[in-house]
Amino acid sequence: MGYNNQDSDASPALTDTPVIRIEASRGWVSLKLRELWEYRELSYFLIWRDIKVRYKQTVLGAAWAIIQPFFTMVVFSLFFGQLAKIPSDGIPYPIFSYAALVPWTFFANGLGKASNSLVGSSNLIKKVYFPRLAIPIASVLSGIIDFVLSFIILIGLMLYYGITPTANVVWLPFLLALSFIIALGVSLWLSALNVQFRDVQYIIPFITQLWLFATPIAYPSSILPYKWKTLYAMNPMVGVVEGFRWALLGTDTAPGPIIIVSSLVALLLLVSGALYFRRLEKTFADVV
Amino acid sequence: MSDLTIRVENLSKQFHIGGKQESYSTLRDVLANAVTAPLRKTGRLLRGQATAAADLNETIWALKDISFEVKKGEVVGIIGRNGAGKSTLLKVLSRITEPTKGYAEIHGRVGSLLEVGTGFHPELTGRENIYLNGAILGMKRPEIIKKFDEIVAFAEIEKFIDTPVKHYSSGMYLRLAFAVAAHLEPEILIVDEVLAVGDARFQKKCLNKMQDVGQEGRTVLFVSHNMAAVARLCQRAILLEEGMIVKDGPANEVVRRYLSSEIDISAIHHWDDVTKAPGDDIVRLRSVGVRDKENQISESIDIREPVWVDIEYDVLRPDQIFVPYGDVYNEEGVHVFSTFDLDPAWRRKPRPTGRYVSTFEIPGNFLSEGMFFVSLAIWTFTPHFYDYFYVHNAVSFNIIDHGDGNSARGDYLGRMAGVVRPLLRWSTQFDPLTRP
Repeated sequence: MGYNNQDSDASPALTDTPVIRIEASRGWVSLKLRELWEYRELSYFLIWRDIKVRYKQTVLGAAWAIIQPFFTMVVFSLFFGQLAKIPSDGIPYPIFSYAALVPWTFFANGLGKASNSLVGSSNLIKKVYFPRLAIPIASVLSGIIDFVLSFIILIGLMLYYGITPTANVVWLPFLLALSFIIALGVSLWLSALNVQFRDVQYIIPFITQLWLFATPIAYPSSILPYKWKTLYAMNPMVGVVEGFRWALLGTDTAPGPIIIVSSLVALLLLVSGALYFRRLEKTFADVV
Repeated sequence: MSDLTIRVENLSKQFHIGGKQESYSTLRDVLANAVTAPLRKTGRLLRGQATAAADLNETIWALKDISFEVKKGEVVGIIGRNGAGKSTLLKVLSRITEPTKGYAEIHGRVGSLLEVGTGFHPELTGRENIYLNGAILGMKRPEIIKKFDEIVAFAEIEKFIDTPVKHYSSGMYLRLAFAVAAHLEPEILIVDEVLAVGDARFQKKCLNKMQDVGQEGRTVLFVSHNMAAVARLCQRAILLEEGMIVKDGPANEVVRRYLSSEIDISAIHHWDDVTKAPGDDIVRLRSVGVRDKENQISESIDIREPVWVDIEYDVLRPDQIFVPYGDVYNEEGVHVFSTFDLDPAWRRKPRPTGRYVSTFEIPGNFLSEGMFFVSLAIWTFTPHFYDYFYVHNAVSFNIIDHGDGNSARGDYLGRMAGVVRPLLRWSTQFDPLTRP
């Protein structure tokens, strides 16, 4: 630090120090992304903390990251695949549903955790200043380890079923980023609302459940009539899930238009969520 | 002005407080509200004014038109009663909450310590928490790495650095938390009451650390209820009352003002309305006064001079026996001594009706510097114990040491501890033939 603790009549520290002006903000405010970037180290530490403590004092530890999507897949395969005989685009039903459950679990867990993240960090919010956006961002991102673990199982399943991925796997990072954006966009709305109205925390499991069935996880989107496709793609997770299957399993439902619609919806969610979040941010410390 | 670090202009902060409107009178009201409130709230929500408490019109101004400036290197104490707005002011300056009106300008990096151990996670080890807490307080990683050993040594937890902090004793936990905070190096440090941690020895260490911070030329804003700490650490203090600045000036003066306003007493207390005076129809207090050697009622007394406390009372029923009695407390609430009237003129003797003035003299060179509060009573032990009245903090006075060199402090000008400060007789034996 260029700090001068000598007799500092020249006060060198002041010439290059930033001037912060604190006053009431009105209406819509800027996102202050630059400041968020300056605090990236804090976001990193928050993610690191979440990951470190997540499976502390559990018997199965990180195995929980795999158990959740894997057993959902087993149940789906049994009821939807075997009993209800739901079609799966010519792919073995277990891997068909699991390839969708991997990004879905990342999304759903991120949504659940991030929506409650502000309330859960009330102590931090009331005592320390930092861009509050860092909290939900860190919450969603900390699910990445779980995603990686369940993805490894997915690779194992693909080997078992002898499925080789198409060249389209290069799109996977983009699809993962898309699901991150959707989870974050929705969480920004819900976490900010949750500060004022704790009703939100009761709504979230319900939303997640409905959303699961509105997304082609247990069934292929190909069973829907064509004219509904565009409307269906307004659910941005449709793009992510279909994209995963297309990239990894080579389903022929080329998701181009769907992904474009999904991406646009996701961006809309993110931007509107961030603006709403920033607008309510000033009340967090007083209300949470 | 290049040496200005903080400028606060007409800063105000309003809070909505939930209150009486929520006490529904009937079940029907409760039900009706349950139906309509969500609708109203939803409407407001869509307009983006989601404030759950906005239904309740009741608001308070936690800060009202606060204006002040702080120069670089100043250590400023902020004092006031609970609810006076001190913490709100620090929160606004730390950017945790927004002001409603007015603005503040801050030149430089701010480190705020509104609580020690913010963000500590019980499952993480001491080492991990140092990094996490450091990042939360705004330290960069290289900075934490550089200071790591110093922090661990300051907290005295070397052996337990890789143990999860949930296994720490509460003392260890607080020491670690303060140690991280104490090694922040912002240009402006905002501190709220963090010195109230740990045992006496560690508190002293923290106070010294704070003093170092001030001497390094950093600007410090410091909220505390510990007046001795404020008076010692700060050159300047700001007294807040109901969200407004009532006094801003040298720390000693402001602390004194706070203490006297806090207890609202003076060197003379006279009861004009006899019926409201302490006592009953046997004996009734009239007035209490503190007198100096010039026989003047005085609130400040030279430490070398005696103090006289006069208790004026009316005896309304004849042939009773009374024992006037006094308690003297210092500004920290320490009970310095008690004293009974043992004057042989009236001791164990029945008194005729009339007005009496009983006086006790506190010798010079006895009390230490600071404020003293006198509580008074009239008791009797005959025929059996009876307490006619007890007046808490009836009068107060200040003992002042001008430091002329002939009081007990001699040539020392620093802070002297102790409840009393007698001028003791010292003697030194000298024998040049004895070798150690």
